[in-house]
Amino acid sequence: MDITTQNPTAPPAPQPGRTEDGRAARGTTRPGDRIFLGLSRGSGILVLVIMAAIAVFLTYRAVLAIGKDEANFFTTFEWNPSGVPPQFGIAVLAFGTVVSSIIAMAIAVPIAVGIALFLTHYAPRRLSGPIAYVIDLLAAVPSIVYGLWGALVLVPQLDGLYGWLDDYLGWTGVFAWNGGAPRSLFTVGILLALMILPIITNVSREVFRQVPQMHEEAALALGATRWEVIRMAVLPFARSGVISASMLGLGRALGETMAVAMVLSSSFDIQATLLDPGGGTFAQNIASKFNEASEMGRDALIASGLVLFVITLLVNGAARLIIARRKEYSGANA
Amino acid sequence: MSHATLSGKRPGGLRGATLPKWFPWAVAVGATAAGLGISAAAGLQSSIQWALIAAVLFIVGSYAVSARVEGRRQAKDRTATSMVWVAFLLAVIPLASLVWETVQRGVKVLDTYFLTRSMGVVADSEPGGGIYHALLGTLEQVGLATLMAVPVGVLTAIYLVEYGRGNLARAVTFFVDVMTGIPSIVAGLFVLSLWIVILKMGYSGFAGSLALAILMIPVIVRSTEEMLKLVPNELREASLALGVPKWRTILKVVVPTAIGGITTGVMLAIARITGETAPVLLLVWGTNFINANPFSDPQASLPMYIYLQYSNSGGEGPGYDRAWAAALTLILFIMILNLVARGIARWKAPKSGR
Repeated sequence: MDITTQNPTAPPAPQPGRTEDGRAARGTTRPGDRIFLGLSRGSGILVLVIMAAIAVFLTYRAVLAIGKDEANFFTTFEWNPSGVPPQFGIAVLAFGTVVSSIIAMAIAVPIAVGIALFLTHYAPRRLSGPIAYVIDLLAAVPSIVYGLWGALVLVPQLDGLYGWLDDYLGWTGVFAWNGGAPRSLFTVGILLALMILPIITNVSREVFRQVPQMHEEAALALGATRWEVIRMAVLPFARSGVISASMLGLGRALGETMAVAMVLSSSFDIQATLLDPGGGTFAQNIASKFNEASEMGRDALIASGLVLFVITLLVNGAARLIIARRKEYSGANA
Repeated sequence: MSHATLSGKRPGGLRGATLPKWFPWAVAVGATAAGLGISAAAGLQSSIQWALIAAVLFIVGSYAVSARVEGRRQAKDRTATSMVWVAFLLAVIPLASLVWETVQRGVKVLDTYFLTRSMGVVADSEPGGGIYHALLGTLEQVGLATLMAVPVGVLTAIYLVEYGRGNLARAVTFFVDVMTGIPSIVAGLFVLSLWIVILKMGYSGFAGSLALAILMIPVIVRSTEEMLKLVPNELREASLALGVPKWRTILKVVVPTAIGGITTGVMLAIARITGETAPVLLLVWGTNFINANPFSDPQASLPMYIYLQYSNSGGEGPGYDRAWAAALTLILFIMILNLVARGIARWKAPKSGR
């Protein structure tokens, strides 16, 4: 169901005798038409209202919470909203969210682009259908199951890898490891990479499919190898599409909750090394602190959720704008 | 494909030397064996390590041999091919592991007893108990969310495809797209701040389904929109030409033509929200007892059950087995929904002349 039609139906070319919303121009609108138009337009407006309401209500509670915050909301390394005086800040969460998402992107984007190329240019025809289906299955697995798998299967497997990183790259400081359980931001990044692979793969695949056949054939005719075709004809054409696919993936990684909450052993500090347990992300912090939160604590969590909302809104909005510039494909059904 | 026969060097031919077709497979087998050998020799335990060694050996090995025999351009091409294959395997291995572990650990306690009992009188550390209450909660919450999201989603899509022009339609399209990217926990926080904090309603299954509906709407809008666009315009025109009002044309001609695709979209949306944990955690709260009423008091839900069993068991004992069994149930449920949805899509694909 790859829809790459040029909008074959919908709003049809101007029909004589009809105005924009399909009303008969005579002015005698049928009541049925008016009701139905009202209903469907109302639903569209409802979507806008929901988005606005999300922004308004989150902001409202967040402003209440931040007003009572005795510490700087953006720079404090502490989360103690029920304390006297309440002190909490998002610095640690912002750091953890950004770092784990960057790790996830660094791992996922090359692999996802590789898989997309594999599906469009390398895999035998017979294989590429089933493989695309497997990638879709990867997307259908709920995050809680990824979390369970990550915590109980992946984490025990990572000791060896962490040992290597510490041995060979420990001198950088970033990859130093003090031997704690590998429930760190780096592990979270690996797990997130796995979870955002499908969306990046699917959108990139759509883009690669749209590379004009002529460009590729021209390159082949000049004697280019398959890799040269990809480098000279496919990648330049697909660059902006791949970027927006990555940003959609980034949006997912930023907001992922349960898998992070189950894998990360969190603490409210920022460390130089990625491999030691500690740190936190916005979503993880909300999920883990929510059960014990007082009313004030809940509002503080809502405030941090608002920040997450704004960040994901910006990332997704930017990705959509890049996509919208090239109308032909959309990642929403990916 | 003639170069399969042109293996080895062939002086005087137009083509350069090419390696035989089985070459990549041979290197792959060699690299895997070497990876295993090195790991065994060095006493490495983790399968990640030997897999990485094998992957690197594979890429380097095929480049080295190919560069000698075929020249640098071909070697680069082979490296790219190898890397693409490695990328693919890197994604498939974790998925296979995930499915394998879930099935293998899940089947231990998954039986009819498990499906028909609740955790009411079973402590987390004891064996026994089941997921009946969670299954019930999930079905009710997802059902309610579907009831709310489907009309809104389908009507919005109809608006966008059949009526939408101008700024409003453009804004709706953009925000539907943006809405697909809302993290589920943010949707949960929104319902929390409106429904529970401001309106002072209690935790309930319904609160959870409100958040789930928010997550579902954009998915339904997108898929329905795509399906409606596939309906051939001639059908609309024929109906309108017969004097059928537009709203009846939509309801009697356009929607029935696309109904297969719409159903698929809805089922995929259901599959997606069934596994959502974060909003349920914030809004439904969870319980060990059976609560069949989604409108008052905390309920359980399947993803929530997995989370609670996992976090209360600390990764061992009966709670751990139950978490895996519940995960298996959840995955099975979602996979079946997915398969059925795809089946319907294939069976009822709109017969447009594309």
